[in-house]
Amino acid sequence: MIHPIPSGTRDVLPQETGEVRAITDTLRRVFDRHGYGEIYTPALEYESVLARADMAEARPAYRVFDETGAVLVLRSDMTAPIARVVATRYGDHDGPLRFCYFAHTYRGVRPQRGQLREMLQAGIELIGAPAPQGTAEALSVLCDSLEAVGLKDFRIGVGDASLFPALMESLDVPEDHREGLLEALVRRNFVALEHLLEQAGVSDEAAALLLDVPQRRGGPELLTDAPAPAVEAVTGMRRVYELLPESVAARVIFDLGLIRNIGYYTGAVFEVYDPALGAPIGGGGRYDELLGRFGRSMPAVGFALYVDSLHQALAGEERGTGALAELRSVTAAGESR
Amino acid sequence: MRTNLGLTIAVPRGALFAGTVDLLAALGIDTEELRGNDRKLLFEDIGVVTMRPSDVPTYVEAGAADIGVTGKDVLLEQLAHAPGERGRDVYELMDLGFGRCTMILASKADADPDHDPALESLRRLGVMRVATKYPRIAARYLEETGRQGEIVEVKGSVELAPLTGMVDAIVDLTATGTTLRENNLVEREQIVVCTARLIANPVSHKLKAAQIDALLAQLRALPVAGVG
Repeated sequence: MIHPIPSGTRDVLPQETGEVRAITDTLRRVFDRHGYGEIYTPALEYESVLARADMAEARPAYRVFDETGAVLVLRSDMTAPIARVVATRYGDHDGPLRFCYFAHTYRGVRPQRGQLREMLQAGIELIGAPAPQGTAEALSVLCDSLEAVGLKDFRIGVGDASLFPALMESLDVPEDHREGLLEALVRRNFVALEHLLEQAGVSDEAAALLLDVPQRRGGPELLTDAPAPAVEAVTGMRRVYELLPESVAARVIFDLGLIRNIGYYTGAVFEVYDPALGAPIGGGGRYDELLGRFGRSMPAVGFALYVDSLHQALAGEERGTGALAELRSVTAAGESR
Repeated sequence: MRTNLGLTIAVPRGALFAGTVDLLAALGIDTEELRGNDRKLLFEDIGVVTMRPSDVPTYVEAGAADIGVTGKDVLLEQLAHAPGERGRDVYELMDLGFGRCTMILASKADADPDHDPALESLRRLGVMRVATKYPRIAARYLEETGRQGEIVEVKGSVELAPLTGMVDAIVDLTATGTTLRENNLVEREQIVVCTARLIANPVSHKLKAAQIDALLAQLRALPVAGVG
């Protein structure tokens, strides 16, 4: 008999479990070595409590009523639950607090796209550590983790969620056009961005800048000639960069257009790429205002690795497959320069 | 001269093929074999894979190709349906200008040129039945214009559907309008103008930033491409 399970969910059998366990065990050792204590939180939470976090597209997708009629949701990430834990259980702790987690999160999916409804995430949250030190620590732990599991060719894209909004503010983009422009940038639809800029009635000069700046990505040289309105965000990136150990710095790609589709990020944002996989295998960033929404204002930063994607990337690197595989030689050549 | 841009490019077979190959040739890529062999799918020397246009976003999203050329109609059809949902995770980098056609709503010609049978159906029966190969675009358009519709998806020769009385109207792509006229159909409403777009995989856009930016600069510098 064949009994189906929902699309986007999987049974994990012993061979795969073994491989995944090897990855998570390694990650756990690295997180532990850096002083991050592992925590568990419930998969089910009150909708009204998690709604305090501005999740945008990553908001919880599954709701149930409990026996009293209260609305429960399946958590869609671990950052909001940990913010709740900090506000509730560490109300008088001055920080910094270091937590790590290995937990399933639940998201809505689009059909036939291999998206996961239930996704195993491994990540850390560093709470009470402001930029740039906190950000640099999170990036270092991220890099250590990926190196420890044996991923070779990964790079970390680093941007700043406040950059484009600040750019629009200082270039006097009319308020009612900003959301549409930001939305186009989140989707990286540069054709739409250009059209919307024409409609927004900003000067040609401003439009050119708003179109050009978010397409800038590359090494630290990017941080030297930023246009005036972007200086604050770019200076922030440079301060983080200066604190990074050389091995971490070599992995960083600055991306002035990087914006994640989760609403709560306030400063640095990052994504992990590997040439063996067509989609990011993890991401994170600063969320300095999220804890405040739970009544305990503290700066914070964190990242989550998508364990199944990481596993795929490792397997892909091993096999040397994927259209992006040939990049490896290019990257290697670039690094030895 | 055989040149490889250091990128895997998804090239659409069909209406956009000639324009795309001309563009590759203008970039200095040897396209002779590509033009000559319409059975072969993979041209490793020049980093080209060919496929039907609607598959281009699929390959690019998966990272099997770094960049690709496809029609805006394809991107719109694969776009998100519900609010807050997103379409294919590909970046739309440039409007290439060629392959220009219009997504239209058409219905049968009538002796009275002002009489649109689709609107009559809407008025009298409260719903217009629309045949299309683009069910999502059609549904979204009817919704946006505040009309109730019933979408009938067909795979080919959409023009047949209203002629047999199966539907009141069609939503389809037209370049010259010849097929419409030959089948006694009249364009009633323009929905959107579609051109060829250059799309990129999100990871390639970061990891191969230099190659992609160089390509964009080359494309912008082309005098004949009609880019814009």
